[in-house]
Amino acid sequence: MKRLLLERAGWGLLTLVAISALLFAATNLLPGDVAEALLGQQATPEALHNIRAALGLDQPAWLRYLHWLGGAVHGDFGTSLASGRPVAAQLLPRLGNTLLLAFLAAMISVPLAVGLGVLSAIREGGVLDRLVSVLSLVTISVPEFFVGYILVAVFAVQLGWLPSIALITGGMSFAQRLGAIALPVATLVIVVLAHMLRMTRASLLAVMSAPFIEMAFLKGLSRSTVVVRHALPNAAAPIVAVVALNLGYLIVGVVVIEAVFVYPGAGQLMVDAVSKRDLPLIQACGLVFAATYVVLNTLADMLVIYTNPRLRHAR
Amino acid sequence: MAADVLCIRNLRVESTTGAVLVDDIDLTLARGEVLGLIGESGAGKSTVGLAALTFGRPGCRIVAGQVLIHGKDALTLSARARRQLRGVRVAYIAQSAAAAFNPAMTLLDQICEGPIRHGLLSRHEARARAIETFRVLELPDPEHFGERYPHQVSGGQLQRAMTAMALSCRPDVLVLDEPTTALDVTTQIEVLAHLKELIALQGTAALYISHDLALVAQIADRIMVLRHGKAVESGPARQLLEAPRTDYARALVAERSVASVQSRLPPDTGLEPLLVVDNISVRFGRHEAVRAARFAVGRGETVAVVGESGSGKTTLAMAICGKVGLHGGRVRFQGADLAPGYPGRSREELRRIQLIFQLPEMALNPRQTVARIVARPVEFYFGLRGAAARDRALELLEAVGLDGSLAQRLPGQLSGGQRQRVCIARALAARPDLIICDEVTAALDPLVAEEILKLLQRLQQQLALSFLFITHDLVTVRRIAHRVIVMLRGEIVASGESGEVFASNHPYVERLVAATPEPRMGWLGEVLHERSLIQSPHP
Amino acid sequence: MTSGRPPALTLGAVAAVSLIVLAVLMAPWIAPYAEQDFTGGVWEPISAAHWLGTDNLGRDLFARLVYGGRNTIGVAIVTTAVAVFLGGALGLTAANAGGWIDNVMSRCIDVLLSVPVLISALMVLSVLGSSVPVLMGTIGVLEAARVYVVARSVARNVAVQDFVAVARLRGEGPIWVVFREILPNVLPPLMAETGLRFCFILLFIASLGFLGLGIQPPAADWGSMVRENAQAIYFARYAPLYPAAAIAMLTLGINLSVDWLLGHSNGR
Repeated sequence: MKRLLLERAGWGLLTLVAISALLFAATNLLPGDVAEALLGQQATPEALHNIRAALGLDQPAWLRYLHWLGGAVHGDFGTSLASGRPVAAQLLPRLGNTLLLAFLAAMISVPLAVGLGVLSAIREGGVLDRLVSVLSLVTISVPEFFVGYILVAVFAVQLGWLPSIALITGGMSFAQRLGAIALPVATLVIVVLAHMLRMTRASLLAVMSAPFIEMAFLKGLSRSTVVVRHALPNAAAPIVAVVALNLGYLIVGVVVIEAVFVYPGAGQLMVDAVSKRDLPLIQACGLVFAATYVVLNTLADMLVIYTNPRLRHAR
Repeated sequence: MAADVLCIRNLRVESTTGAVLVDDIDLTLARGEVLGLIGESGAGKSTVGLAALTFGRPGCRIVAGQVLIHGKDALTLSARARRQLRGVRVAYIAQSAAAAFNPAMTLLDQICEGPIRHGLLSRHEARARAIETFRVLELPDPEHFGERYPHQVSGGQLQRAMTAMALSCRPDVLVLDEPTTALDVTTQIEVLAHLKELIALQGTAALYISHDLALVAQIADRIMVLRHGKAVESGPARQLLEAPRTDYARALVAERSVASVQSRLPPDTGLEPLLVVDNISVRFGRHEAVRAARFAVGRGETVAVVGESGSGKTTLAMAICGKVGLHGGRVRFQGADLAPGYPGRSREELRRIQLIFQLPEMALNPRQTVARIVARPVEFYFGLRGAAARDRALELLEAVGLDGSLAQRLPGQLSGGQRQRVCIARALAARPDLIICDEVTAALDPLVAEEILKLLQRLQQQLALSFLFITHDLVTVRRIAHRVIVMLRGEIVASGESGEVFASNHPYVERLVAATPEPRMGWLGEVLHERSLIQSPHP
Repeated sequence: MTSGRPPALTLGAVAAVSLIVLAVLMAPWIAPYAEQDFTGGVWEPISAAHWLGTDNLGRDLFARLVYGGRNTIGVAIVTTAVAVFLGGALGLTAANAGGWIDNVMSRCIDVLLSVPVLISALMVLSVLGSSVPVLMGTIGVLEAARVYVVARSVARNVAVQDFVAVARLRGEGPIWVVFREILPNVLPPLMAETGLRFCFILLFIASLGFLGLGIQPPAADWGSMVRENAQAIYFARYAPLYPAAAIAMLTLGINLSVDWLLGHSNGR
């Protein structure tokens, strides 16, 4: 098992490197000259020269890549084209904001999803189960911004309980901060909860259809005993995988939610950077998001290996 | 009767779609009595067995009847009360031990779970009882055996662990659902002997479900025959074996009897053999699946390859038809060497050797009609198209005993026996010289299998076909084979004319022959007696 | 497959989907105004002249909605087609070939899958711009990776069955084996996957539009319509909710239908 764990970790690391190369390549694959394309109409010879120097475009691509990667590992992502300030300085505080949102959403949704998923599976076909199924299906079918605006429409506009824009300023107290981000967190929770819930329930029901479960019933055990003592330990691996997958999904949802609530997070930053074609900033944001996703998935796979009884106790 | 432990009356079980699974079943079990429940697949045996635990699989409902356990009707009890009965008064032993155990829990935890959860024993007492049962079942290192996980023990050991689990609450009735079907013949004997011993020791009544009449006769006091959900005949075991009253029961007994079968002599054609397997070996990585195999098949001859699981018989067949590569040696067909892998063989070469598989539902494309399936080889090898191909397909269907009206059906709409006939028709469509049959009757019910064997013999006479028949069942071999090859762990240990081989005194062959159940009383006792004279290792 | 009449919910879903598709197809006939016409004030409420009110520039919302539907759904359909054909073909090839070809392809796809679709899409769009062909190509390729995984898995399950071996041993060429033996058995699950992919792609394109990076104005597109009209919500005008609701209804309708087809019915 140790070997498998190391293999998986190694593969994760390799993937990270490969992705960094891909991301770098993607932003540098413009047909024609990167500098000209960036400047467009304002491509005076002097401006072109400046841009080329700033981006180091006179060097070969692989050298630029290594340079960038080396810097990235040390936290130096270069300078933003739009603002002239170092990228890391812009990215870090925004990243903090995004992580706060994601963390709160995860803390609330993961226990809820697993708990509700287990309850639904215990009383399969019951009222709770059917309600949960329909609601979660509806939620995953609608766009995130729809959920967001509905919440704004109800809680901010009609009822006036919460602010409609998540404006966070430096001088806010913790309570004020929480109030400001309550709606975005709620939206994120609803969206991710629905996905996680469906997958948890499906994993658990898949385990419940295994033959050894029938044997447990034939020994006279009650349904809740069977679910908790027999099904759950075997569903642990797929549920962990589901949670990790959805935490990754959280990252994507966060970008849209930040746009809905005008929340100063890394997602908004990346979207802005894309519309302004601020390459260094785009690369940095892309790498951070992708790296988080890869790390989460690698950890999830490793957990799956770790909890597999056949691998834990080999012959 | 007052002494009856289990009494089922007028049992009727239906599926949720309304189909009747079993109807009007009556049976009684007295203390210490063993009732054998025989029938083909789909006859309803498992359904009856599960009903004894007042359990219905998803999609099944007990709609009428009584299940009296110690005189009280369990079906009228509350759900909780019925749960208290399961595992405690009536316990179940499943067909596959690997499927019955939770891979994430130790064996001991699962075996002690029943008595502990039902409040019968403390953890300490339950553990002690489990270890004692391990000792009786002759499992290695009884003190620590339970600490293992299911995947860490062998198949035979797991089967015994399942027996220990079923007996953990000292039930009054044991329902055994085909407990030895998935095991090799030689392992089967051991498990059967242990079961008999334990049942006698604890005075448990047992319901022994199986499709193998000869086997059940060794352990059952009385036998009941089921067909299509209804009881066809029932009575003392001896009476059923020696003087069955119904035709169906008679056919079942006859199918398993080899006493009347004459050994078949190979046809003496004097021609060069059709297939020559010359010293071939097959390797998967470092594991040698077949080693130095050497034999020949003549025209119009049936050569059976016999062996238990892991003997390499299927690998041998795959090597001959080119599905796996050779590590050494060569295969000659009609005098010429065959390329080791099928991509290297010509269409003609491929045409002359055809293959029929064990599971017809996997061997037929579920989205092609029967006509399409059978016509394709005709198109492919002989260039016939359209109406000509269709007509030939219908001819072939007729030759295998299928009605032309089945031609437009999909495989999913046919029975197991019909599907296997379609597979045979497809093989015949190529006009082959040699057909390799890989356990073609193993998945079929005994009477259906017998029909298929008769069909194959008829076809052999009509078309001078040769068969290489892979099987693990010696009774089948005696019926149809001219010559036999016995394989053990990749090597051929005996080969020759059928009669000679069965009389051989090679130790493994002897054991194999001895382990095949015969439909007569006392056979098991004889075998065990002989066994005790020769020390044999446990699986 | 479940037999019998579908439950009311599914019938409702199918009806909703049909209605939307029909309205969108009939846009030139049922829209009272053209896509870009400025016909009223900003964010006017529902009236006889404007069935859903007007948008942030005074254009009729209903007209923008039905024309926008053509753009959004049209792009989604083409993208889905690209994804399914590309992913399906690659998946089938990998499953049939096996060995090192399968390994290499799957590893490459794994790397592509390690990045969330949004991030990959943003990276490419930032460089190539958000024209319609680029959108369809980028999202099509990224989604093809996901279809590949499903197609390969299903095809592998089919490819190991005995009837495929029978065909191969007969001497049938790989093209026959893939198209006549494997494909017909792979189609049903692939069709279900197509439905689900379409929903996801629709949502994704709308999200991109919402972020301002999808189908560019002044062309109407449900996603960017939400973006353009977002501010209206603060004034208790629900203009952004109409295109969002349209997306929701269409996706929900398709999801419910596919769900029923797969043999489930509301939690059972």
